[in-house]
Amino acid sequence: MYRALQIVLIALSLGLSALATGLRAQEDIHPLVDALGVGSFPQREAAIKALVASGNPKVGQILKQLSDGQLFVAEDGGPVLMSTGEDDPPVFLDPLTGETVADIDPDTMGKIRINNALRGLLGAISSQMTLLSPDRGARLTAAQGLLGNADPENLELLDTALAQEKDSEVKATMEAARAVIMLKTNASLAEKTAAIDTIAARGNRDALTILSTALQTAPDELKPVILRDMGAINRSLAVWDVAQNVSYGISLGSVLLLAAIGLAITFGVMGVINMAHGEMVMLGAYTTYVVQNAVRAYLPNLADYSLVLSVPAAFLFTGLVGLVIERSVIRFLYGRPLETLLATWGISLILQQAIRSVFGPTNREVSNPSWMSGAFEIGGLTLTWNRLWIVVFSLAVFFALLMLLKRSAFGLQMRAVTQNRRMASSMGIRTAWVDAFTFALGSGVAGMAGVALSQIDNVSPNLGQSYIIDSFMVVVFGGVGNLWGTLVGAFSLGILNKFLEPYAGAVLGKILVLVLIILFIQKRPRGLFALKGRAVEA
Amino acid sequence: MITAFLLRSLDRKIVIGIALLIALAILVPALNLLTAPTSALHIPTYIMSLFGKYLTYALLALALDLVWGFCGILSLGHGAFFALGGYAMGMYLMRQIGARGSYGNPILPDFMVFLNYKELPWFWYGFDHFWVAAIMVLLGPGLLAFVFGWFAFRSRVNGVYLSIITQAMTYALLLAFFRNDMGFGGNNGLTDFKDILGFNIQADGTRAVLFAATAIILAFCLMLASAIVRSKYGKVLIGVRDAESRVRFLGFRVENMKLFTFVVSAMMAGIAGALYVPQVGIINPGEFAPANSIEVVIWTAVGGRATLVGPIIGAILVNGGKTIFTGLFPEVWLFALGLLFVAVTLFLPKGIVGTFTQFWKTRREYRDEGVKEKAREQGIAEAAKSTEPQAAE
Repeated sequence: MYRALQIVLIALSLGLSALATGLRAQEDIHPLVDALGVGSFPQREAAIKALVASGNPKVGQILKQLSDGQLFVAEDGGPVLMSTGEDDPPVFLDPLTGETVADIDPDTMGKIRINNALRGLLGAISSQMTLLSPDRGARLTAAQGLLGNADPENLELLDTALAQEKDSEVKATMEAARAVIMLKTNASLAEKTAAIDTIAARGNRDALTILSTALQTAPDELKPVILRDMGAINRSLAVWDVAQNVSYGISLGSVLLLAAIGLAITFGVMGVINMAHGEMVMLGAYTTYVVQNAVRAYLPNLADYSLVLSVPAAFLFTGLVGLVIERSVIRFLYGRPLETLLATWGISLILQQAIRSVFGPTNREVSNPSWMSGAFEIGGLTLTWNRLWIVVFSLAVFFALLMLLKRSAFGLQMRAVTQNRRMASSMGIRTAWVDAFTFALGSGVAGMAGVALSQIDNVSPNLGQSYIIDSFMVVVFGGVGNLWGTLVGAFSLGILNKFLEPYAGAVLGKILVLVLIILFIQKRPRGLFALKGRAVEA
Repeated sequence: MITAFLLRSLDRKIVIGIALLIALAILVPALNLLTAPTSALHIPTYIMSLFGKYLTYALLALALDLVWGFCGILSLGHGAFFALGGYAMGMYLMRQIGARGSYGNPILPDFMVFLNYKELPWFWYGFDHFWVAAIMVLLGPGLLAFVFGWFAFRSRVNGVYLSIITQAMTYALLLAFFRNDMGFGGNNGLTDFKDILGFNIQADGTRAVLFAATAIILAFCLMLASAIVRSKYGKVLIGVRDAESRVRFLGFRVENMKLFTFVVSAMMAGIAGALYVPQVGIINPGEFAPANSIEVVIWTAVGGRATLVGPIIGAILVNGGKTIFTGLFPEVWLFALGLLFVAVTLFLPKGIVGTFTQFWKTRREYRDEGVKEKAREQGIAEAAKSTEPQAAE
């Protein structure tokens, strides 16, 4: 009870801070601060409380320094001083004014220690003080802290805070915290029922935990209400769970789509099995790394947009590498798909080792730009910005490619060569030229995928290997020679994977997907969207 | 009758290969055991085990050649059969440790005690008997190949599609064996073996016997493979490789023929794995890695596809090169291996043995030409055309 009273005092003093500080600012609290340095832990607790009761605006700062272990006192008593411990030799400051105090022998100074009880008290005080803080974010955090760790002693403080609160979200959190506290007190049944409804209205997992804890101690009359609300929450959570799984699946699907789409071009259009495809993705990721460092060095104010610059850079660079590979190796192996597979595997080993020699075997750091970090919530869904951008990016790449294939002269020639190479050739299309640029295009798209993957995966020489099998699965599942098949294949595999994960675990889920694809290929050897026509039987 | 079947169709290369292998099987253990360590002729045990490892790789490459060279199935998952055979042997060797493990449990292997297994999983039963393990070495890979092939060949999945799903198969197994709750030792695999058939696995004598056994089994498998491909059945098999639809239209059950060859090949790969594990002393899920399986293809390609002897030479050469390179300049090895892949496919599509044979054949024809002056002009072109094996695709 004494403590509750104390808190009311704090609340009042802080709540009426305008007047209070005006009056008390003159009051010198140095003696109160110095009292922190002497005596046993219980005396220190009393000193802390006295300090808080003084209502001085600097109290928060002092207490923070105390809990951070920055306050020192000479072994034989005397003034409490502050040192951040960053300087060597240590510099001691006056904790209130921040002025340097000269001529202090560091050896005679000892840190003011606190034990767990004091640390808990400091934590509680700070959350109480921030509950009334002018900063909205601080109030929200404090309210959420109270929600997680509700203590009936905070009720009065919370009521004071609620009366002043204007912001609706903070207010809702505070009301929920108040409801949780109400359940713990011996308030009337009606009040408790109202409290349960307030909690249930939050409808998230925390509410469920709170209610199930409350269920154990609740009086019998309340139990049906709690159970009913828990059921409702569970149902809505189940719906959100499905939505969340779909969103994870779409996110995974977009990654698969990006990785597979370049392959869909080289494999689907040209029939070339490019085992070095994963390495093209890896090269794209390393291009991002190089561009990022170059931008940081030469155009520091554009650093946040280096990723945007990386996209064309990666496309051009990996496209060029692809062109070189096609001209130097692959063009000699057309019509021998199994040999192409081996040769491109060899190329992938060379590229991996080359990157390892140049950049080293360890992961390289590619930072997330500010506009891609963080997350936001829609109802019960949590979406991260980088995943969302990758979904957008993958779809943009997909539709750009689709337009290129369907609407440009180059696309027309490419489709002609796919459907009937000899006839296209006799119509005057330079098929060798089309092949070279198709391969370069496929490689360039893989490079762009690398830019996106650098944001969510480790940029290491092995980056490509982890995607190559998945990409092949997507292309084979979706059907060769059809970009729509790749789109459908990528998203259905992504979503399927994420739906299996909760039941089977991540690894087993992946194995199941592989097995399902293997079985699926038995049924439809040419994939979901197979090319129709006589070209099929080779 | 079986002997006749095996012996009937040996050509000179196979006979030389078998003779060399048998000579190795006698000579190397003898030089290891009977000479003094200081003698110039002495072969240290580690070298012998290293070559024993190469011979198991050679057997794996031979198994691959049987399906790739003669049946047109480019399996990128033969490492899976190899590893399964290895695991079957590893399970036997684990059970032989008995109570000598660090936890001293007489029944459960160390990793199971560590992972809080209460009793032996059902699929470990019987592995304390060597014959059960020996059967499983054949049955495990054989059964997997049968089920996989049954589905794949029946629905006429072929060419690169087949390659890709074999790769997916070994990848799925890789992921599965990495799981601790699969009961196969997870990440660390099976290791710390002590005894095989009651003999200390580290002893020179045991190692020598293992080496000899590997060489002899390899010789036998070479004979078997040769007998298969040179029988009437083998002739049809080559037909399947070169023109599958035509063979089907002639009334052969192509899928059954492929299935049979695939299963035999998988069993050979399983035996190779089973011989590999006691000589190397460990089996872990890394053996399932798709990259390993693709490497087997390059051994076969270097030595010469569809030559049977070639893959053995290729496996020994490439792995010998790997041992030397990774010792001297570890950075360069992947470059060398990568270049090897590219160079062999571009410049040496028939491999070492194939190119060599071709060279001798042309010389012989050139010599014969002098005798048969009349058939000069047409002779070369036509002979070259009809004797040259066609590319699979």
